[in-house]
Amino acid sequence: MASLKELSQREILFTGGHRLCAGCPAPIVVKQVLLAAPHAPIVVNPTCCLEISSAVFPYTAWKVPYYHNAFENAAAVASGIDAAITALRRRGKLDENKKFSVIAIGGDGGTYDIGFQALSGMLERGHRVLYVCYDNGAYMNTGIQRSGATPYGAWTTTSHVGDAQKGKQQHRKDLAWIAAAHGAYVANASLHNWRDLMRKVEKALNYDGPSFINVQAPCPRGWRFPEDKTVEIARLGTECCFYPLYEVEDRGRKWVINYVPRNKIPVTEYLKPQGRFAHFFQKGNEYLIEEFQAEVDRRWEHLQRLAKMSEDL
Amino acid sequence: MRKTIGLTGDGAAAEAMRQIDPDVVAAYPITPQTEIVERFAEFVAEGSVHTELVTVESEHSAMSACCGSSAAGARTITCTSSQGLALMHEMLYIAAGNRLPIVLINVNRTLSAPINIHNDQSDSLGSRDAGWIQLYCEGAQEVYDTVIQAVRIAEDRSVMLPVMVCLDGFVVSHNVEPINVLDDQEVKDFVGEFRPVINLLDTENPISMGNLTLPEYFFEHKYAQAYALEQSKPVIAKVDKEFGEKFGRSYGIIEAYRMDDAEIAIVTLGSMVGTARVVADDLRQQGIKAGVLKIRCYRPFPIDEVAEALKGVKAAAVMEKALSPGAPGPAVFSDVLGALYHKGVHVNLISYVAGLGGRDVPAKSIRRVYEHLQKIAASGKVDRILNYLDLRGWQ
Ligand SMILES: Cc1ncc(C[n+]2csc(CCOP(=O)(O)OP(=O)(O)O)c2C)c(N)n1
Ligand code: SF4
Ligand SMILES: [Mg+2]
Repeated sequence: MASLKELSQREILFTGGHRLCAGCPAPIVVKQVLLAAPHAPIVVNPTCCLEISSAVFPYTAWKVPYYHNAFENAAAVASGIDAAITALRRRGKLDENKKFSVIAIGGDGGTYDIGFQALSGMLERGHRVLYVCYDNGAYMNTGIQRSGATPYGAWTTTSHVGDAQKGKQQHRKDLAWIAAAHGAYVANASLHNWRDLMRKVEKALNYDGPSFINVQAPCPRGWRFPEDKTVEIARLGTECCFYPLYEVEDRGRKWVINYVPRNKIPVTEYLKPQGRFAHFFQKGNEYLIEEFQAEVDRRWEHLQRLAKMSEDL
Repeated sequence: MRKTIGLTGDGAAAEAMRQIDPDVVAAYPITPQTEIVERFAEFVAEGSVHTELVTVESEHSAMSACCGSSAAGARTITCTSSQGLALMHEMLYIAAGNRLPIVLINVNRTLSAPINIHNDQSDSLGSRDAGWIQLYCEGAQEVYDTVIQAVRIAEDRSVMLPVMVCLDGFVVSHNVEPINVLDDQEVKDFVGEFRPVINLLDTENPISMGNLTLPEYFFEHKYAQAYALEQSKPVIAKVDKEFGEKFGRSYGIIEAYRMDDAEIAIVTLGSMVGTARVVADDLRQQGIKAGVLKIRCYRPFPIDEVAEALKGVKAAAVMEKALSPGAPGPAVFSDVLGALYHKGVHVNLISYVAGLGGRDVPAKSIRRVYEHLQKIAASGKVDRILNYLDLRGWQ
């Protein structure tokens, strides 16, 4: 991977002047992804916060070819672009030395839920596309509704906290695992660890096949924390192993944990600063913390087992 | 070398696709379109096309992938039917709104429920406001010729809109007809090279496409798009004419068959045109002045041509294979009525919905429609505007 000095000389391909909230995770992720792209990037962006705030006609924050089409189909649109590149190259209509980095960047709603089928199809067909999910764990664009990525117990505007129900009733879907089952290059990353994220992006885009990177993207507006804490919250998410950093190679068989916290902190340190978990700390709701912690531990242990098994590969 | 061979409507469409040799085809199988995808996949396997075939996991993704490839500057074709077109519905509007010159071959089949694989035109007629050019074919030769023409129309600089080529499921898609197939090189020369106006692969000149467009600009964008569709009519006519001059077959925007002195007329589209011609010929032998008005280009709707052709007709029936529940009349009927109103032409106009879910529309039934028109022509009075042909229990 390029050194920090080299990176500092590269052009930032996503400009300021967009309309995303202060402290928004999306541009942090986008800038890192575009900086790390080894070839000329072409971006497909489904409907989400990032899209409605970064490309408002007649303006655009994108200094690379950018295409927003619909909400549930970024992976399919990107598949079409990949097919076009293959076809035009075959006909000798493209400069032989010209290489492209086709990147789809979507929110968790457009990826885990409504765009799940298109993502699966793209991964299964083996397109040379990197799909990046900036995972802010809810439908933020439409006003903080729960998604398949919303954590257990979290408040959203469709998983309220009341006498009969305390936030979201289910645990998160583990999408990186499902993506890995397609045999794609898959990674879990987080915006606070730019070196790790950018290394993965570069690797994915140099890989002659499909890839999926899920990026922890704390949203101050939806998670209810001050906008100068985005990076700090992300760090806590990884330190408690709620959002571990790992990658899956060798067509889904080789699991490598990229970061093992020296001291795995209790989930409460991650939950406490976020307003969406405020009810976890009310009297009588201790079970929410216990269940949250237990699930984090289960998944972390399982991941470690997979990583251990992969050591011989 | 040109040759005449036996092909089904689907086979004719696939053959045209082979000769066009598009850059990208993204498609998903559904009866009665399946033969097109299967045939085309054979061409890919045997290496007779250079196309990248994307065997997507749904029609929604088919049209999405088509948008991606077309926006990337690749000539792109797809095909579908019925539920597939319905699943694409959202994407149809986006393809047109993004001004992507995609060609879609739609093999007309009804829409569920109840599920039924047979022919009617509910699928494409239901997509009439998506902003696509829609061309309806009478038979397999016309399908072959129209698919080739569609590429030129869609990619014309002044058009840059997607084109849907429609053929009736089974009636046309699965019937073998002798088809005059052009020489590969002739087709290649006729369609020429795709020179996209915009191109996502032009990374030196990056553009943003599909931007959020707020009330300040949205209306103007949509109007510009609608205007392009309206203005595409001369291009459709020009391409058809050039095709005719080169290859001896052309179809027009509409076709007025025995309409010059007609007193009664059936206005229809797709395969019903052929049957109506036979009936009109018969009636003419008996001295009855019957004509047929074929609407080949349904979007943009040929307002002037339809009104002009119906001028002087005493009674006319619009026959279409689709319902428009709760509407004052079904789609094509309403459009014809609108065209007459635009031009201040008065004709006693009635509607016949026919052939839903694959019910046959034989000559003897069409003859009854003409008989109905004779009564209206004689009395000058329309007894009933909305009629249903061969619907059991309907009087
Ligand atoms: C077919 C369809 N359904 C619903 C919507 C409304 N919608 C637009 S964006 C969005 C949520 C986006 O959530 P996510 O993908 O997580 O991105 P975020 O806004 O959170 O960054 C929804 C529900 C839509 N545009 N299209
Ligand atoms: S709601 Fe969250 S994801 Fe959306 S723009 Fe604001 S901070 Fe960014
Ligand atoms: Mg989200």
